[in-house]
Amino acid sequence: MLTLHCPYCGVNADETELDAGGEAHIKRHGPGSDDNQFHDYLFTRENPKGVHLERWRHAAGCGKWFHAARCTATLEVFGTYPAQVYEPPQDIKDAISAKRPGWSWREFE
Amino acid sequence: MKHYSAFAVAREALRYHTGWERAWRSPEPKKRYDVIIVGAGGHGLATAYYLGKNYGIQNVAIIEKGWLGGGNTGRNTTIIRSNYLQDPSAAIYEKARSLYEGLSQDLNYNVMFSPRGVMMLAQTQHEIRGYQRTAHANALQGVKTEWITPERVKELVPIINLDGPRYPVLGALWQERGGTARHDAVAWGYARACSAMGMDIIQQCEVTGVRSENGHVVGVDTTKGAIDCDKLGMVVAGHSGQLAEMAGFRLPLEGIALQALVSEPIKPCMDVVVMANTVHGYMSQSDKGEMVIGGGTDGFNNYTQRGSFHHAEETVRALVETFPMISRLKMLRQWGGIVDMTGDRSPLISKTPLGGCFINGGWGTGGFKAIPGSGWGMAQLMATGHSPLTEAFSLDRFKEGRFIDESVAAGVAH
Ligand SMILES: Cc1cc2nc3c(=O)[nH]c(=O)nc-3n(C[C@H](O)[C@H](O)[C@H](O)COP(=O)(O)OP(=O)(O)OC[C@H]3O[C@@H](n4cnc5c(N)ncnc54)[C@H](O)[C@@H]3O)c2cc1C
Ligand SMILES: [Zn+2]
Repeated sequence: MLTLHCPYCGVNADETELDAGGEAHIKRHGPGSDDNQFHDYLFTRENPKGVHLERWRHAAGCGKWFHAARCTATLEVFGTYPAQVYEPPQDIKDAISAKRPGWSWREFE
Repeated sequence: MKHYSAFAVAREALRYHTGWERAWRSPEPKKRYDVIIVGAGGHGLATAYYLGKNYGIQNVAIIEKGWLGGGNTGRNTTIIRSNYLQDPSAAIYEKARSLYEGLSQDLNYNVMFSPRGVMMLAQTQHEIRGYQRTAHANALQGVKTEWITPERVKELVPIINLDGPRYPVLGALWQERGGTARHDAVAWGYARACSAMGMDIIQQCEVTGVRSENGHVVGVDTTKGAIDCDKLGMVVAGHSGQLAEMAGFRLPLEGIALQALVSEPIKPCMDVVVMANTVHGYMSQSDKGEMVIGGGTDGFNNYTQRGSFHHAEETVRALVETFPMISRLKMLRQWGGIVDMTGDRSPLISKTPLGGCFINGGWGTGGFKAIPGSGWGMAQLMATGHSPLTEAFSLDRFKEGRFIDESVAAGVAH
């Protein structure tokens, strides 16, 4: 069973305590954006076989949203971090790079 | 290809079964094909078969990274039905269901289609209204389904508990000509027929790149070298995103794990398929006597073909309430497959931004039942550039807001 560390309440939470919220760091384009941007925001997903940055909610715990960096091919967890950021913090990027040298995901690496 | 028949069985019995030949050839790839299909699951093989049968396009290779039928086609719980709400879905699933009726004869291969009836239980007021609406829609679409009462449910499924404490059975949507088929046999039957037409099925060969010139596909790179083609069909279910990336575009879909399990074999006790979508579980009995059980998907992106214990537990818990007699059954096997879920939970059968490159995917949790119809439509699209069966399922529907709002592939309903 998947276990994720909640960065707010510090609990190592089981999958049964968590709600998966899908891909993270999706950019919502503002007024004046074109159809393609809105289409991508709503529907297009990275769907990588490998490093995935995603949103989770500690539903049966503190109730807050956070981010996780995880590998979809091995289910390995690289780390979790708070929701109030546009991209993963440096320590998470380093943790991923240590295990997956040369990885890249959208504009992050 | 030697014809299978009762006579052939008798003849072989008399000579110790020494005369059977391999069902399909395993050739080395040629340098060039008119059409390459990536993925030898049911949908890829059926596409190749109807390209040959309906359009005479037989210089075709089907390239498979593992073994044919080893993806979701060999991992599903084989429910076949066509009782969908929206017209485009009803059309393609009913086309598929009706092709299943004659598929064994058509392929000269017993796919064990068993139209034993599929029952979808209504266990809330909301479901009653939903299924009655579907039954009316089906009447207009020419798909035979009916709304049945709890008494009729009990008649058809004596082992069911109608008055479960939380979710009593309030009625059901019943499709008498729905049922099951042998999943491997569907893949094997199409493979044998494709091979007999001279098509090459190349197993243990992974496509690693898509080559194009001036916006048009010209071939693929594989672990057995480069192979040229005029047209390319990507039919790789959970790996659609990877293939699209090789071809330079992205897709509105994500892969997640769906799992199933089977019990020890027991004597015949249930001769229809029962689905209970409110409590997230469904069950049928295989010809071997095992109870075949499926439930919900994991909620997160996943490429490991296994499930998680707590989902199996949830499913079994729900089914024990509905069928109390299964409470002491031992479970024998559990497995998972990676299902490709689109934004509106309906499939993609479409041209792509790359010329000559077509995609068939996004069947999610419910594409086994669609294999013959999907192959039929995809072959028409690839051969002629247009198919009435598939046009509603094009990629641009998301941008245009033409969703096929149907939980065709939603978490549990197969
Ligand atoms: C547990 C479970 C239960 C299900 N129950 C039902 C059900 O009851 N009824 C129903 O209708 N549907 C059901 N489904 C869904 C159904 O199984 C699928 O929709 C259907 O089998 C998809 O067929 P396919 O041919 O598209 O994909 P697959 O059978 O997965 O075939 C795709 C093939 O592509 C190959 N491939 C991938 N990448 C590459 C590459 N780079 N190079 C070469 N080959 C590649 C794979 O190895 C695979 O063999 C279920 C699915 C699961 C997992
Ligand atoms: Zn928490």
